Amino acid sequence: MLTLRRFFATLGPGVLWLAVFLIVPVAIMFGYSLLTRTDLAQVGGPLTLESWGRVFGYDALFREWVPDNLRVLGRSVLIAGFSTLLCILMGYPLAFYIARQPARRKSFLLLLLIIPFWTNFLIRVYAWILILRPFDLVPSLTATFLGMVYAFLPFFVLPVYSSVEKVDWRLLEAAQDLGASPIKAFMAAVFPQTLPGLIAGILLTFIPALGTFVVSDILGGAKTALIGNLVQNQFGQAGDWPYGSALSFLLMGAVLVGLWLYARSAGQKGLEELI
Amino acid sequence: MMRRTHPALSAWAWLVYGFLYLPILVLIIFSFNDSKFGGTWAGFTTKWYGVLLAREDVREALTNTLLVALSSTLISTVLGTLVGLGLWRYSTRFRLPLTFLLVTPIVIPDVVMGVSLLMFYSLVRGGLELTGWTFENGFWTVMFAHVTFQISYVALTVRSRLAGYDRSLEEAARDLGASSVQSFLRVILPLALPGVLAGALLAFTLSLDDFVVTYFTSGSGFRTLPVLIYTSVKKGVTPDINALSTLLVLVTVVAIIAANAIMRPRPGRRGEA
Repeated sequence: MLTLRRFFATLGPGVLWLAVFLIVPVAIMFGYSLLTRTDLAQVGGPLTLESWGRVFGYDALFREWVPDNLRVLGRSVLIAGFSTLLCILMGYPLAFYIARQPARRKSFLLLLLIIPFWTNFLIRVYAWILILRPFDLVPSLTATFLGMVYAFLPFFVLPVYSSVEKVDWRLLEAAQDLGASPIKAFMAAVFPQTLPGLIAGILLTFIPALGTFVVSDILGGAKTALIGNLVQNQFGQAGDWPYGSALSFLLMGAVLVGLWLYARSAGQKGLEELI
Repeated sequence: MMRRTHPALSAWAWLVYGFLYLPILVLIIFSFNDSKFGGTWAGFTTKWYGVLLAREDVREALTNTLLVALSSTLISTVLGTLVGLGLWRYSTRFRLPLTFLLVTPIVIPDVVMGVSLLMFYSLVRGGLELTGWTFENGFWTVMFAHVTFQISYVALTVRSRLAGYDRSLEEAARDLGASSVQSFLRVILPLALPGVLAGALLAFTLSLDDFVVTYFTSGSGFRTLPVLIYTSVKKGVTPDINALSTLLVLVTVVAIIAANAIMRPRPGRRGEA
């Protein structure tokens, strides 16, 4: 039983910390998204949905819908989506390769995968400048994609790997014994078993890709600006905190809805294994 | 279990590994390149490391980075270990929301965490100014922000380390006459220790590596190494930044291998991962 006293002795301080430094700031951010910019980085009343309107493409002054304003949003989704697709192409087979190695080799290969994962994100992105600059590819869309895939590939492979490792291969043999072609047998017997990992991997790639500003900032230039860049700009040069808050909230909302859907389909255990 | 792997699958896997390590190798090689402009190879040199160590701003950023990493790791390890123990020890109907709360700092985009803390600090400062007291964004704001994303990693590592042990161990200790503090210090903590150490190492690495959250919470007077690298990269590539990056990669590799070795006896997910 978790009594109040036990709660404060164990979970309490950590939960309190997260309440103060995570939940309160997010609540403040929501509050700011309802205010108006009065001066550079200054906000004030009255309460308005103006920033939220702008997020969804409404012009602030004319109250009419200008789809052009959604360009950055659309481009973010496209770039993040295509990067995720590239991660699937590269990472899905890799997860199978690792999962089917002998134990010792497996942990070595996982370690090899983890090292870039824990290496400074900024350095990983920056290193591509060194490689791509001689080919005159910085800044470019190609460089952005390379940087994205490179930055997020390990996030994708790890959850897929943990699914593949649990695959019951006897089902594949059974399907083949019953006369299914190798591809059909794989799609019917193995692929569905890897689906939880695949979905987790897609979430863990797509969402950070939507939010990043470092990759496009360093490798892509202005033409590949994403939601993350837009947010950064509102808290930098543009100094429009309400608009930046609404954009951030949208970004976070997407993450939490994705996470909630995932928790519903995969349950408590799935949520814990996501990490 | 089938051990057979198709040659095409192996070839693909090694290509992907090549892709993962190419940039890191290029970075290391260029940090020893005797050419100011990078591009081409002009012979071996270690002078960029000398240039780096002579830079006052680099030394200051290094001190800042280490101070933030050490203090935030200390706080988050204590808080995270307690949370991990609590998650393992008690069953509660709040388990799902608790897990959700712990997963959130890991999955929300770091830019969101950064800007929300930026506004939080500015509001707190505004409130404090009314009482005549004030603070600048710097060491404390960055350090507290780091603790916020570190706690979850420590908690989940500790919990996964303890997952295999029976919860009645503590009751057994209490039945044999140990106080709750004694049973914690003599029974539970030694069992959890590898998880605590691995969690602390990961927390330390995360703090060293963080750029985005630091960028938004540090203000203008306080720079860590990643922020310094960002500023330099925006100005243009310089060879001493390659040297700095190489050193940071080296520290990460050592920390990860150490964390991995500590967790090996009972590999949890983060231990393998």
